Amino acid sequence: MAIEIEQPTVGLSKVAVSETHGEDSPYFAGWKAYDEDPYDESENPSGVIQMGLAENQVSFDLLEEYLEKHSEASTWGKGAPGFREHALFQDYHGLKSFRQAIASFMEQIRGGRAKFDPDRVVLTAGATAANELLTFILADPGDALLVPTPYYPGFDRDLRWRTGVKIVPIHCDSSNNFQVTPQALEAAFKDAEVMNIKVRGVLITNPSNPLGATIQRSVLEEILDFVTRKNIHLVSDEIYSGSAFSSSEFVSIAEILEARGYKDSERVHIVYSLSKDLGLPGFRVGTIYSYNDKVVTTARRMSSFTLISSQTQHLLASMLSDQEFTKNYIKINRERLRKRYEMIIEGLRNAGIECLKGNAGLFCWMNLSPLLKTQTREGELTLWKSIIRDLKLNISPGSSCHCSEPGWFRVCFANMSEQTLEVALKRIHNFMDQRKTETN
Amino acid sequence: MVSGGQLLSKIATNEGHGENSPYFDGWKAYDRNPFHPTDNPDGVIQMGLAENQLSFDLIRDWIKQNPEASICTVDGVHKFKDTANFQDYHGLPEFRKAIAKFMGMVRGGRVTFDPDRVVMGGGATGANELIMFCLADHGDAFLVPTPYYPAFDRDLTWRTGVQIIPVDSCSSNKFQVTKNALEAAYDRAQGAGINVKGLIIANPSNPLGTVLERETLKDLVSFINERNIHLVVDEIYAATIFSSSSFISVAEIIEEMDCNRNLIHIVYSLSKDMGLPGFRVGIVYSYNDEVVRCGRKMSSFGLVSSQTQYLLARMLSDEEFVKNFLAESSRRLNKRHSMFTKGLEQVRINCLKGNAGLYVWMDLHHLLKEPTFDGEMTLWRVIIDQVRLNVSPGCSFHCKEPGWFRVCFANMDDQTVEAALKRIRAFVCKGKEDHQEMPTKNKQRWQRNLRLSFSARRFEEGVKSPHVMSPHSPIPHSPLVRAK
Repeated sequence: MAIEIEQPTVGLSKVAVSETHGEDSPYFAGWKAYDEDPYDESENPSGVIQMGLAENQVSFDLLEEYLEKHSEASTWGKGAPGFREHALFQDYHGLKSFRQAIASFMEQIRGGRAKFDPDRVVLTAGATAANELLTFILADPGDALLVPTPYYPGFDRDLRWRTGVKIVPIHCDSSNNFQVTPQALEAAFKDAEVMNIKVRGVLITNPSNPLGATIQRSVLEEILDFVTRKNIHLVSDEIYSGSAFSSSEFVSIAEILEARGYKDSERVHIVYSLSKDLGLPGFRVGTIYSYNDKVVTTARRMSSFTLISSQTQHLLASMLSDQEFTKNYIKINRERLRKRYEMIIEGLRNAGIECLKGNAGLFCWMNLSPLLKTQTREGELTLWKSIIRDLKLNISPGSSCHCSEPGWFRVCFANMSEQTLEVALKRIHNFMDQRKTETN
Repeated sequence: MVSGGQLLSKIATNEGHGENSPYFDGWKAYDRNPFHPTDNPDGVIQMGLAENQLSFDLIRDWIKQNPEASICTVDGVHKFKDTANFQDYHGLPEFRKAIAKFMGMVRGGRVTFDPDRVVMGGGATGANELIMFCLADHGDAFLVPTPYYPAFDRDLTWRTGVQIIPVDSCSSNKFQVTKNALEAAYDRAQGAGINVKGLIIANPSNPLGTVLERETLKDLVSFINERNIHLVVDEIYAATIFSSSSFISVAEIIEEMDCNRNLIHIVYSLSKDMGLPGFRVGIVYSYNDEVVRCGRKMSSFGLVSSQTQYLLARMLSDEEFVKNFLAESSRRLNKRHSMFTKGLEQVRINCLKGNAGLYVWMDLHHLLKEPTFDGEMTLWRVIIDQVRLNVSPGCSFHCKEPGWFRVCFANMDDQTVEAALKRIRAFVCKGKEDHQEMPTKNKQRWQRNLRLSFSARRFEEGVKSPHVMSPHSPIPHSPLVRAK
């Protein structure tokens, strides 16, 4: 029991008291509604369905099957050397076999169209840590990274909170399916200049969260040309690369670099993770792949603050080295995600709702602007509140992703069973039917 | 064309990573020529690594007997999906409960811990950085009694921008931190316009291997309480106490005196007490609600793998196992410490009287050619090159007096300890003469190489050669690890 002492409240740091952790955003507010009243097929069929969580739960059975067949992958029943070695292993280079497995997994995802050197793989506890770490390395406090909108709400915290770095948005809109244009890049750069902020790099997510679409090759080329011209960095967050519905539709920045003979590649860094493609967010497996030697060295040192548990490295090294398993997993996972996507798109279309044409990821980008009372952020939030309250669906409003156009929502579909998705679609259908009746 | 280096941040290009300290230089000698009892009996013995390798068998046996604790066995795989999916920064509730219970048991049940105050960090390394981010701004300072763990320089300051104000201590009173020294350091800093936000101290101490006395702890609490600044106590060696005198945690002290609990924070880890540095289990335990709230959000950057949380939740909830482990580990550390210090006493090498930790604080000032840090470096170079032991020179711990060395003894088997003692005996008996005859020319060359070649090699080898390990870790295939 704390003793009450009459003293001024001792100060915490500015970082500690700032709002930059971002948790007051509506992105997280919907979670509260879910936490208070979570849907359960049998126990709580009228509860809130969680569609705000970009998790991949469609392919666990493949992993479980692997583990049952290879249960020696993580036990140390073989004897002392194995366990002891791993319990002691805190080398920030990471388990070599694990780095090799990650590099080869990344190659497989890209259909062998790009090569990855295990010695350039730096390990971090999740992509969350990887993005923050890269920001610490590429920018000083007060500098900025340019990020295309709409973007993952967590970036506000990951890129800015403890680093003191700013995000200057590259505005994208529906007129061209939210693709980044050279004009938008220049405009963002100019915006920063006007505010007297030094731009250190561009950070893209490819495939995009929340759009659920891959970035086209020509756009990647333009972005690479832009950062080269401005002599700044390019970070490509490719954590959804294995979640593209077809391998050929995803073009990695690594492929562009290879095609250019790796000229000027030392400004490019790729972030990857197993949280989405393998559905293992709890294991905290993130990586930074940099073409810049100094960044690799520094990132490795910095990863001391956020190493991956050796127990987990050991387990996954085994699993991901099994190329037959990974090839099969990647193929089946893509197929299941595509089916899920088609199911939700059709369901929404039948309800009169259109989405952005997507080809990747664990979510779709839904357009509800026709339903807004006013084409404003407030209008969007009002609609969003009613969706939580009346439809009992937690979806993410576009404004929380910094989308410049109101009315768009990110809807996750891979973190639930097909039955639950059916229930969600039914609720949406009923809601839209009701609206039609009301307006008529 | 602008080179890659100029495109990076100040943090990326400064020396804040701390790897150019002599603390890490000895590793190079070890990396190049690691000891093995049969394959390389003349190799360098690693005594610079504070690891607890004496009680693995206990843990390994528990794991074998509890296959369901591992989500990747047939017995445990039914928990795989839920665990693999779990990334909540609150951590698995059973993990937090188990950690809180373990911390209480380590302190002999004299105090209990609230699972809701347990916040995860990426190892104690991540936890120490995290607490700094919560308590101090860029440019603020923390008082740190010397000698202190070298990596505090990196962990507390590199990315946080916080500065360390060393508070010196002397051998004349066994390197204990004094109120006078604290007050002097605090006043000097404030006078220079530096905002001191708190005091951080390791208890048990690294490198001293001693525990803080009750009165000293009370003084520390009063000191920070009077000034309304924070106290962070790094208690990661709490269970390495090996003699009968008990460890007193700050958690116990605050039950005995009035103080503002919002100022009290503990850093903990399983890396030393349980010998599991690879699992990256760092904990921030704060009595300040706001710090817990903020720290938890920040822990997103260094969560413990849910697979590991799950295993440890079950292991640490096994009271029988924990009781037995703590008792046995303590006994083995005591035995090892005795063996080593007695061996040293035989050749009249004294160590600071310690009762905890995985190392001794060895007094070699009588072997220095000159009572300076140059003299210390010279002696250290001889120990590495001739005696072939990697020990850590006191200057890397910011010790104010030259001639002290931290020597680790728990990261090897008995055979290796014997080999080390043998070499030390031989060195002391005949080495003194050799040492005095050492040509000055050689001394210069070593000191040059010490700096340049290390940093150059680190840079290269980080990319081209995967064989060079990071400073805090042994080579995984090290013969020391293989040895029974």
